[in-house]
Amino acid sequence: MSDERVSNVPEKPKAEAPVRPAHRKEPEAPTAPVALDERGTALSELLPKAFSRFEVEYGAAMDEVVAKVKPADVAEVCRTAKEDGRLSFDYLRSISVVDYVERLEVNYHLFSMDKRHKMVIKASVPHDSPSVPTVSGVWRGADWYEREGHDLFGVVFEGHPDMRPLLLYEGFEGHPGRKSFPFHEYDEW
Amino acid sequence: MMLNMGPQHPSTHGVFRLVLWLEGERIVRAEPHIGYLHRGSEKLCEREDYTQIITLFDRLDYVANLNCELAFCMAAEKLMALEVPERAWYIRTILCELNRIASHMLFYGVYGLDVGAMTPVLYGFRERERVILLFEAVTGARMMHNYIRVGGVKEDLPDDFGKRMTVLIDELKRGIDECDALLTNSELFLERTKGVGTIDGPTAVDYGVTGPMLRAAGVKEDVRISEPYGIYDRFDFGIPVGTHGDCWDRYYVRVEEMRQSLSIIEQAMSQMEAGPITAKVRRIARPPRGEAYLRTESPRGDFGVFLVSDGGDKPYRVKVRAPSFANLQSITHLLRDAYIADAVVILGSTDIILGEVDR
Amino acid sequence: MASITGNTPAEAVFERVLPNALVVKSNELFALARKSSLWTLSFGLACCAIEMIDAHMSHHDLDRFGVVTWPSPRQADVMIVAGTVVKKMGEPIKRLYEQMPDPKWVIAMGSCATNGGPYYRSYSVVMGVDHLIPVDVYVPGCPPRPEALLYGVMELQKKISQDAKKRTLPQPLQRKPTPS
Repeated sequence: MSDERVSNVPEKPKAEAPVRPAHRKEPEAPTAPVALDERGTALSELLPKAFSRFEVEYGAAMDEVVAKVKPADVAEVCRTAKEDGRLSFDYLRSISVVDYVERLEVNYHLFSMDKRHKMVIKASVPHDSPSVPTVSGVWRGADWYEREGHDLFGVVFEGHPDMRPLLLYEGFEGHPGRKSFPFHEYDEW
Repeated sequence: MMLNMGPQHPSTHGVFRLVLWLEGERIVRAEPHIGYLHRGSEKLCEREDYTQIITLFDRLDYVANLNCELAFCMAAEKLMALEVPERAWYIRTILCELNRIASHMLFYGVYGLDVGAMTPVLYGFRERERVILLFEAVTGARMMHNYIRVGGVKEDLPDDFGKRMTVLIDELKRGIDECDALLTNSELFLERTKGVGTIDGPTAVDYGVTGPMLRAAGVKEDVRISEPYGIYDRFDFGIPVGTHGDCWDRYYVRVEEMRQSLSIIEQAMSQMEAGPITAKVRRIARPPRGEAYLRTESPRGDFGVFLVSDGGDKPYRVKVRAPSFANLQSITHLLRDAYIADAVVILGSTDIILGEVDR
Repeated sequence: MASITGNTPAEAVFERVLPNALVVKSNELFALARKSSLWTLSFGLACCAIEMIDAHMSHHDLDRFGVVTWPSPRQADVMIVAGTVVKKMGEPIKRLYEQMPDPKWVIAMGSCATNGGPYYRSYSVVMGVDHLIPVDVYVPGCPPRPEALLYGVMELQKKISQDAKKRTLPQPLQRKPTPS
């Protein structure tokens, strides 16, 4: 018996997940179909003209028009989206970061108050050097979303005036939002 | 002089730290610090299945629980393209509007306390208690209801619901009028809130401010009108819009919203019919692969859920767009020319709930 | 009667006073005074705070127990930790506890303050406030009903008078050390 253990309840062996037999394969999960409404279709025709000087890949996810841009172009694309009279995306709904295992994807969800259409701008960055220019000069409300993205995922938003941790305490090691950050398995002894 | 309105403060509505730099009584600079209630809900959502996540969403905006549950369930239903039956929608709408009234009553009471009036809190909580007791009869819990599920609601309404609602609507009408008469046109209240903490429409939209704060600034924007969800297009209700964007406007917009919610509830009660309360869906939902962003109008503003699914029974990523998070960002703008005594009044008028700010 | 002035004999005074006087041990008297006017530090962290405020309101009145919520820790007796304790908040909680003068008690309200609650797998939550400060009464529930909090306050009152009868100073529960 080692002296470091405080409780004398023996450790239970961790239960292992049941092994599925090889002949029983799970069916492939279906993909949600694209369902754009007429504002979405009108917007998807308008976007290539508005973003003609950028390298953009267009698509759709459910009822949102998706525009995938290169990370370095993000600030310029967002500024065009806000200032162009046909688009007028004046309301930034949210900035979210998703950790796909080989890359991090930064999503900018936009909405226009007068035209009532919406879109998503996506930028994929690698894990080891995730850096995107800041859009806090375009929308003042992007400030805290970027601080949160930096805190939880480690994405560096270049040009942001204040990158201190927002949600975590100073000195927290690691980026908890990433898939590689472990869960705290709490054993109740 | 630096003054710390620390995480423990009677008027910060939760664990929120506001560091103020003062010159005499004027605020020169304000720096908000959040994160004292960051519980990691978004990461926990990746480990729990769709029915367990509803309990996590309950605790995000812990005053308007049903609205948060509704947002998440609607996001999952959108991915699955699920048709929720009519009766379930009516039940959801009635309960969510009741929750809006309960939330605004809490705001009313606590805002009176912030301004310095000790009576409104007792009146506000008396009305809120009536609604909470009805929730207990319907959902089984006073606060964390865990009632709205993917595909419908958990169980049907009790048999005496119609009678209880008729009595409750009358009581709430009288209660709202009483609360209105108590505080709205009181000299002291007007002195403390008129012209204080103004924000104009375009700046508010730039900051991402939504909800009653945005409507008080003059922008007519409500998710129930601009992107109608559920059955809100069947009801005839008004959207109160303010003019000056000051604290009094933000307060009065919420009082009027309570009256509009009552009108929606009356219309819904007259239109509701018997029927199934949940769609044919698996006990633990499995949406297909894809991503969906859904906005709903919670009492604080635009509550959005971004759900990324990989086809399993646990989501791949859930991002919560909390209205109080964006509303709180504008606090530095609101406090730009204020006195120290106004800081509490302005902060109270933003009606933040730290549970959803920090998640 | 009218002649009693100046050098009044002791017995006469006592005969007048004794039917209306109580004899009690000082410990128990102080315990009665302390438990009948517990001033709580208004320390609502999360959802349980709403039920705590509700317990102070007219429907379930805590004022009839003498409980008043007080913003400053320097004049408070009880700290009701209502809500999830996050690691970032640990330092302020300890500092507030140390700022409260003796005798002081702590009520851990809700399952988050008791042992982490629904967030037990989270990276940023302290699994129970008793890792930071000693707790006297645990009120389970998520959130506990206001009646449950009332019961918790009544149990604390019982504890205060029992501790006085045992002629010991008010002591919080002793907790066995956990591996950190």
